[in-house]
Amino acid sequence: MTTATATAPVRTYRDYDRPLWQRLLLTREMAIIALLVIVAIVATATVRGFGQPITFTYLILDVTPILLIALPMTLIMITGEIDLSVASIVGLSSVLTGVLTQAGVPFEAAIVVALVAGAIAGAVNGFLVTVVGLPSLAVTIGTLALYRGLAVGLLGTTAVTDFPDFWTDLAKMKLGGSNVPAVLLLFLALLVVFVVLLHFTPFGRGIYAIGLSKSAAHFSGVHVERTKFLLFVMSGTIAALAGIYYTLRFGSARGDNATGLELQVIAAVVLGGVSVFGGRGAIHGVIAGVLLIGILASALRLANVTSDVINIITGVLLVASVVSNSFLAWLRTRRRAPGGTARARASAAG
Amino acid sequence: MFHKKSRAAAMAALAVSVALIATGCAAGDSGSGGGEGGDSGNLAITFLPKNLGNPYFDTSSSGAKEAIEEFDGTFAEVGPAEATPDAQVSYINTLTQQGVGAIAVSANDPEAICDALNEARDAGVKVVTFDSDTNPDCRDLFINQADAEGIAKVQVDLIAEQIGGAGEIAILSASANATNQNAWIEMMEEYLASDYPDITLVETVYGDDDDQTSFDKTAALLQTHPDLKGIISPTTVGIAAAARYLSTSDYKGKVALTGLGTPNQMREYVEDETVTAFALWNPADLGYLAAFASKALIEGDITGEEGDSFDAGKLGEYEVGADGVVLLGDPFVFDAENIGDFVF
Repeated sequence: MTTATATAPVRTYRDYDRPLWQRLLLTREMAIIALLVIVAIVATATVRGFGQPITFTYLILDVTPILLIALPMTLIMITGEIDLSVASIVGLSSVLTGVLTQAGVPFEAAIVVALVAGAIAGAVNGFLVTVVGLPSLAVTIGTLALYRGLAVGLLGTTAVTDFPDFWTDLAKMKLGGSNVPAVLLLFLALLVVFVVLLHFTPFGRGIYAIGLSKSAAHFSGVHVERTKFLLFVMSGTIAALAGIYYTLRFGSARGDNATGLELQVIAAVVLGGVSVFGGRGAIHGVIAGVLLIGILASALRLANVTSDVINIITGVLLVASVVSNSFLAWLRTRRRAPGGTARARASAAG
Repeated sequence: MFHKKSRAAAMAALAVSVALIATGCAAGDSGSGGGEGGDSGNLAITFLPKNLGNPYFDTSSSGAKEAIEEFDGTFAEVGPAEATPDAQVSYINTLTQQGVGAIAVSANDPEAICDALNEARDAGVKVVTFDSDTNPDCRDLFINQADAEGIAKVQVDLIAEQIGGAGEIAILSASANATNQNAWIEMMEEYLASDYPDITLVETVYGDDDDQTSFDKTAALLQTHPDLKGIISPTTVGIAAAARYLSTSDYKGKVALTGLGTPNQMREYVEDETVTAFALWNPADLGYLAAFASKALIEGDITGEEGDSFDAGKLGEYEVGADGVVLLGDPFVFDAENIGDFVF
């Protein structure tokens, strides 16, 4: 990641020479949102059973852990880093909640311990990346195995299934007779926090600056290492929160909970327009990316499409979205090649 | 300007193609699914195995299909690629939305899929578990392949006979959370302690029902325990992987292997004498019985109470036992003499 950032050509954050409406509407994020709307309409019209309100309930319950973890993941990937250990932290937090509850610790205290453990797990990632200076890809592949190992090791061959009804009901509660799961409120609250943080604070500008050029960001007064460290801590904490939700929704604390979830999160973030080289992306695109993958899977399942075919379609969609981006960038560079401006080369990298 | 338009155009083209794929798939399958839940004539029965692409569940589904064709119902099989409970929940939700008559499921976790199953039952869908049960309050019936005691006993007796009643043995199981395997292993330990004091169980390892992992764990077991005389693998994936390792290694003929396997997977290892005998029930019969139990529930002939009895086609008459459990029968031992008679 670090070397890619260092050798990549100069990239732009925004094209300020275009009118505002174009900057808002002709973006990759809007394209994904449009695709999401089209898929939802087509599915409602053609897939029997998709139009029911309960579809929305199940969809939200299914994608909530992905939505939650995608928030800090977006910020991390905009800085050009990655966190592959999130699903293992989900498992670890689930197991800790279970083990402590089983040992007689009040559930509320167990939740706090799980969240703190998530923050520590994130801090370990952050420490290795920022202080020791290792690439986040390597660090978090390592901690992916480490945290999963701890989770499975702690609980062994059993699953803890005895949790207070109040909390398990809360995880599945719907808002006052509607089909809207209450857990959506938790996500919306965090969404507001992360949107403000990324798009409306100097800290957020710093995140983009780091992704575009680490050195330039540093010389502009951005605390590069501190920013990254805080992002990894946030990622660990939110993953732990997702782990508590996971445990309550399924009423089961298991070491293998959420195995492979990190790839679903990263796929959705990339589909939502975040560049894996950093410096580009926005939260609304990522939300659309998560929902698009969720709705496609839900509609295809209802249409009796098998899971392997669903995986193929999701994979093709992801590859197509990345390829379309690179292809258009290449086309643009070619078209502008005679007059070769810096800007043409710049947008090629995005 | 121009390049931005072409990007939007390309995204639109992508959108249309995805939509077309989605509609194409949807149109192709829109005929199945059946009527609304709770209808006593709705014989749409969907099988939800632990995961797809598992030969064991392919066989149980073939038995189910045969039964459902006999009574003119609608058979379907859905399932996740990976054997995880959260993926099964998504499928149970989908089947609830489709309003099938009954779901026959092999549970990846006894608790995690409970709420989803109970929501399905509230919507009028009958729920039968087979092979791997949930908590009794989340399903109408459990079709038990054989009782845990019988399964544990037959495997221990087989390995004891093959190693001469004394020495070190190990167990190669499925995943660490597998409901069935853990119950069986516990009983095997008790039975070993009471009836075979000269046999020591030195280690239990988990191959996660993955061929390569099971293969590697077998190799590791044999290296860690040089005096190992036998391996019990109470899972079809595990025993086949272990047999494949043994048959090409120096341990062939020196280390005995038994457990639960299917004749098709084990045939070559019985023929090359890596394995003398192994046990199982007939998964096709299990699926067949689960299908007839679903039918009896849908048609209201039984409610899942203890003492209820129903007709199961070629298998005859079955009675519901305590906790809504229906027992398929005793485990069956396959060896070189009889393996040729079986084709599953």
